Amino acid sequence: MNAGEASTSESQPLLSMRGVAKRYGEREALRGVSFDAHAGEMVAVIGPNGAGKTTLLSIVAGVQPATSGEVRMADGAAAGRGVGWGVGWVPQHPALYSRLSVAENLELFARLERNPDPSAAVATMLEQTGLRERAGERVEHLSGGNRQRVNIAIGLLSDPAVLILDEPSSSLDPRQRERLWHFIGALSQRGRCVLFSTHNVAEAERYAQRVLVLADGEPLFIGSPVELARAAGSEEELGFEGAFVEFLRKRGH
Amino acid sequence: MRWLLKKDLLILARSRLLVGVLVLYPIAVALLIGLAISRAPAKPKVAIANLSPPSATVELGGTRLNVAHYYSQLLTQVQPVPVATRAAAVQAVRSGRALAAIVIPANLAARLSSVTRQAHVEVIYNSNALEQSFVRSTIESALAQANLQLSNQIRQVAARVIGDLVRGGNLGVAGTPQNLPGLGEIPAIVRTVIAHHPPAADRAQLRRIAEFAEFANQNLGVAHEVLSTISQPIQVSDAYLHGGRTPLDAYAVVVAVSISLMFVCVLLAAGGIALEREEHTLARLVRGSDGAGERSGRPGRAHPGRALVTRELLIAQKLLLAAGCALMVAFVLLAGIGAFVHLEWGRAGQWLAALAFAALAFAALGVAIGALAREVRAASLLAFLLSLPLAFLALVPAGSVAGGLYDAIRVVSFVFPYKAALEALDAAVNRTTPGLLISLAHLLGLTVLFAALARLGLRRVD
Repeated sequence: MNAGEASTSESQPLLSMRGVAKRYGEREALRGVSFDAHAGEMVAVIGPNGAGKTTLLSIVAGVQPATSGEVRMADGAAAGRGVGWGVGWVPQHPALYSRLSVAENLELFARLERNPDPSAAVATMLEQTGLRERAGERVEHLSGGNRQRVNIAIGLLSDPAVLILDEPSSSLDPRQRERLWHFIGALSQRGRCVLFSTHNVAEAERYAQRVLVLADGEPLFIGSPVELARAAGSEEELGFEGAFVEFLRKRGH
Repeated sequence: MRWLLKKDLLILARSRLLVGVLVLYPIAVALLIGLAISRAPAKPKVAIANLSPPSATVELGGTRLNVAHYYSQLLTQVQPVPVATRAAAVQAVRSGRALAAIVIPANLAARLSSVTRQAHVEVIYNSNALEQSFVRSTIESALAQANLQLSNQIRQVAARVIGDLVRGGNLGVAGTPQNLPGLGEIPAIVRTVIAHHPPAADRAQLRRIAEFAEFANQNLGVAHEVLSTISQPIQVSDAYLHGGRTPLDAYAVVVAVSISLMFVCVLLAAGGIALEREEHTLARLVRGSDGAGERSGRPGRAHPGRALVTRELLIAQKLLLAAGCALMVAFVLLAGIGAFVHLEWGRAGQWLAALAFAALAFAALGVAIGALAREVRAASLLAFLLSLPLAFLALVPAGSVAGGLYDAIRVVSFVFPYKAALEALDAAVNRTTPGLLISLAHLLGLTVLFAALARLGLRRVD
């Protein structure tokens, strides 16, 4: 399926992007990105370096505005099922106060999100991310994997309908990665729409129902990993990573 | 905002070394600068070889002047290192025990008494240009003072002798005739003589003598004023604008406190906002604030969310935090120094107003710096690099540099808060002008300007 078209799902999308473009002066970082994402779906955004993956995710997360186009949430989703935020954001680098403890970080963001019961939200997140034992520990003393867990926990504090993760596994070892994807998969199974970017295309093939391929800001493909391999014309011989590279090569990237 | 404030205070409390440095360093710098400004330069060590006999006197018009008085005048402006001979004086300078030497010759009194020959005092400098420049002006000033004192004494003697000539009587000088007629009396005496003198050719001569005596009396009558004018042609009278002289100590307090306030404010504010970037939390806090909460579908703007904190609120929070902390440090410093230097405690309200407005302007500058930098260390370095020269530029006195350069300094000082803060504090503590209100308005304008620049710097958060 060509990128820029609506998703294949029949249900109403939680997140909808239409013609989203971003320019930095003369440089066009993104052009005409349109796609829908649904509840319980995991969508991977893949592409070479400088493709516009982080730009796209940061626009969805509201970190920066698009130059043109629009991002929409389904009615009810924008308000979140909890407290206001429709979109939870987990940036590539853990966005945490290293001199505060895990619990203090969670409580601060819960309060800033005007959570009616910050203590309960903190306790839930500590439980879900398995950080209860580390609650009083300062973030600066945590391992990279645990920092990423806190990073994700903050993104989930408002119980968002859509979760945006920018290269969530990049700083983790294989064991930590496995745990992370297990955790994210469970979120998706509970009905959250997960949009993530990754350089590891094997992760995209394994965990995403659909992949969005970007190159030089241009959306090249959106569909299932199997469909991408088929579009590359080399399903069996090259494996998914080889198929992805072949797909890019055929498209002149 | 209170949760952000609480968070920042918690982080500060856990960064004790940083807080210690942030408070102690500016206070130390401020006190050093204050001391440097308030203390008079140290008196240079000067070897003095007084070869005149201790009892040497100069006799003028029957009055004796003690040469020791001239010597003591010199001692008031230097740290004297007494030596016995010229050679010892030279050795003292060579060895570095003294920066220079003054040799008062044995014949000083004789030369002065002769009136026809000038007396000479020898000054010996070493060859170090830096030390020479330091000591030369002091010695020249000391010698000029001593010369002036001596010349005043000579003038007084001369004026008294001339007065005696005009008034007549007993001159009090041994060997002079008693009950001499003064020049003022001579015309009347001569006219009486002429009246009783037969008309003859010598009457014309007597009239000439009377006219001369009258002329001499009139002119010598103003001799005292003329001599005063000659000995000190220009007399200086002091006039101070703005109501009075600011004591140097009080001004030094103002400088010390304003520098302390500047450092704490600028560093805290710059570090505070840069920390949000360094920890990558800035984007998390303000995401959604560009068209936040709008669901209208307006192209390029619609986004389903709202910011945890707007950029404006974040700037305001950093401003208040930095200004509040710095205000506390500065007020304690001002009060502490007030224990040693006389300050008007009745004006504490004005001090607080000046400190508060200055703190806000400095904090706004700090936030603008922090918004441009990507990490705390870069922000701190930039804050230091900018603050120090600004403070020194604001302290450059008018007339000490070329006109064009001073104009440029004035412009730079006007657009940064240090000078305005200095003027506000000076007005609050010492009642100087421009008045407090004008300085406060200036500081408020700068606060708005730098806060706007900070908002511009925070446009991009990634």
